[in-house]
Amino acid sequence: MASAVDGRKALIPASGRPPDRFRTLTAMVAAAAPLLLVIVVVILFQQATPAVNRFGLGFLTGTDWNPVKESFGALPAIFGTVTTSFMALVIAVPIGVAVAVVLAEQGQQGIRSLLGTGIELLAAIPSVVYGIWALYVLAPWSYQHIEIPISEHFGFISYLTHPAVRGLFNAGLVLAVMILPTLTAVSRDVIRAVPRGMRENAIALGATWWETTWRVILPAARPGIFGAVILALGRALGETIAVTMVIGNRYEIPPTLFSPAYTLASVIANEFTEATGTLYPAALIELGLVLILVTLTVNLFALLLVRSAQSRIAV
Amino acid sequence: MNRNARRGYASGASLAIMYALTVLALIPLALVLWFTASKGLPSVMHPEFFTNVERPVGVPGAGIAHAIVGTGILVGMASLMAIPIGVLTGVYLAEYSYARWAGWVRLASDVLVGTPSIAVGLFAYALVVAPLHHFSGISGSVALAILMLPIVIRTTEGAVALIPTGLRESGLALGLPRWRVSLQLILPAAVPGVITGALLAVARASGETAPLLFTSFGNHLFSLDPTQALQALPLTVYHDALMPYKSLQDQAWGAALVLVSMVLVINLLSRWVLRRQLRLAGQL
Repeated sequence: MASAVDGRKALIPASGRPPDRFRTLTAMVAAAAPLLLVIVVVILFQQATPAVNRFGLGFLTGTDWNPVKESFGALPAIFGTVTTSFMALVIAVPIGVAVAVVLAEQGQQGIRSLLGTGIELLAAIPSVVYGIWALYVLAPWSYQHIEIPISEHFGFISYLTHPAVRGLFNAGLVLAVMILPTLTAVSRDVIRAVPRGMRENAIALGATWWETTWRVILPAARPGIFGAVILALGRALGETIAVTMVIGNRYEIPPTLFSPAYTLASVIANEFTEATGTLYPAALIELGLVLILVTLTVNLFALLLVRSAQSRIAV
Repeated sequence: MNRNARRGYASGASLAIMYALTVLALIPLALVLWFTASKGLPSVMHPEFFTNVERPVGVPGAGIAHAIVGTGILVGMASLMAIPIGVLTGVYLAEYSYARWAGWVRLASDVLVGTPSIAVGLFAYALVVAPLHHFSGISGSVALAILMLPIVIRTTEGAVALIPTGLRESGLALGLPRWRVSLQLILPAAVPGVITGALLAVARASGETAPLLFTSFGNHLFSLDPTQALQALPLTVYHDALMPYKSLQDQAWGAALVLVSMVLVINLLSRWVLRRQLRLAGQL
């Protein structure tokens, strides 16, 4: 890797040549992506200023959302966002890693490439289509066949009572389906980056396929898989439309796992066009600001993790 | 049973479980496609579904022509903004991959991929809608362009990086300036890869709802004017699906079917183009 970079540099010596204006021009155009990232955050912060000044840090811990009294707190929405995302991870991570192990297998590709295409198409389906499917198919089914049986058998735990068609649990379920492709694609690449030699050594020592995978491959890929999980978490936190359609839209910290709730993104989606005055829209934009800052941090962390994992393994 | 046989069986069983989980992961795909097709087909079977616009509940012959045209305008304008910038950025990242700035740009575009689309919608609202005091197609396409940009950047970079260094070196050896080597020699060879990226970005943008809610907003009438509110397919699905009327729900399923077919066709097309690129790069 390092030698290739040096080779490129030697090919184009910086001195003794006219300045590379093409490079300057494209480098300026390339500034668009980093610049946009900064501008989006700055503009949102600026638009949220009235709410930031009025509520300060109390905005993050307040539980009230009352446009009439102009009293706004983000805690129930933050709670909903975090819980649905973690629920999605709990469901999707075991499945996603298993799929990644299967897809990363070497050798004849026929059926595996078909499965891989299927998983990638799962990522292509628009969020609103997941939404309408979840609303009319998945949520009623899960209400009948998951929520009601659980609440009947485990009703002594108060968090598992009051099943509802639209609520926290079903939102987490549809999110799990939606983050699976991200999780799988990144984990597969990380697992593929594990050097062949490690697998071959394990097999030469007499390890079975499972022992090789569980004791050698997965531990070597662990930091990268962790990165993939965090990246999927970032997707889940920011997902809007499908969640809005099934979460039930009730602004409170839900009393049970199945109750209607709200997420940061859904509040904005539902209320922003109707928000009047200065404080109400500003409060909604502040929700957006909280959301984008959290997802940016999560994504950045995940990317650095995945990159360092890949470069460390691929030596 | 001796220990080694047990290890063998355990290994085989776990392999089977993993394949089973893979199939389980694909069940939602099958279910989404099946329900969208079966519930959407009755609406789509009527030709006026593609030629008419919305009608009041109860009046037959409603259609989604305005949404299809609106999506076309929104995504078209977004492509005009995102594709040139994205392609030039991608060329920069691949041709000067050693530059320190390239590392930052790459990181920024990777972070941008995961930015919540609803926040991008808020941004476009603050930037375009609020100063002009009305919803517009333009603001919607600004939001979509931001979401398309990182996809175009990263696929272009990948495609250009695939072109063998020999081609670049022969161009430089003939005394061509850098920009001619990059734009007239390397980029044409990478065109299929660039098209793949553009197609993937178009597919993603066509399906986005959240950034359009308060930018393009939606429109019940047929409109070609991007300075006014425009309807889009995902907005039709979203609004109609939540209505308590059967006819509107059917219309939502029909629009969802049109949307899914469009996105999947674009996706499969991009795969086919990509395969050509890989073959082409292998020949160079």
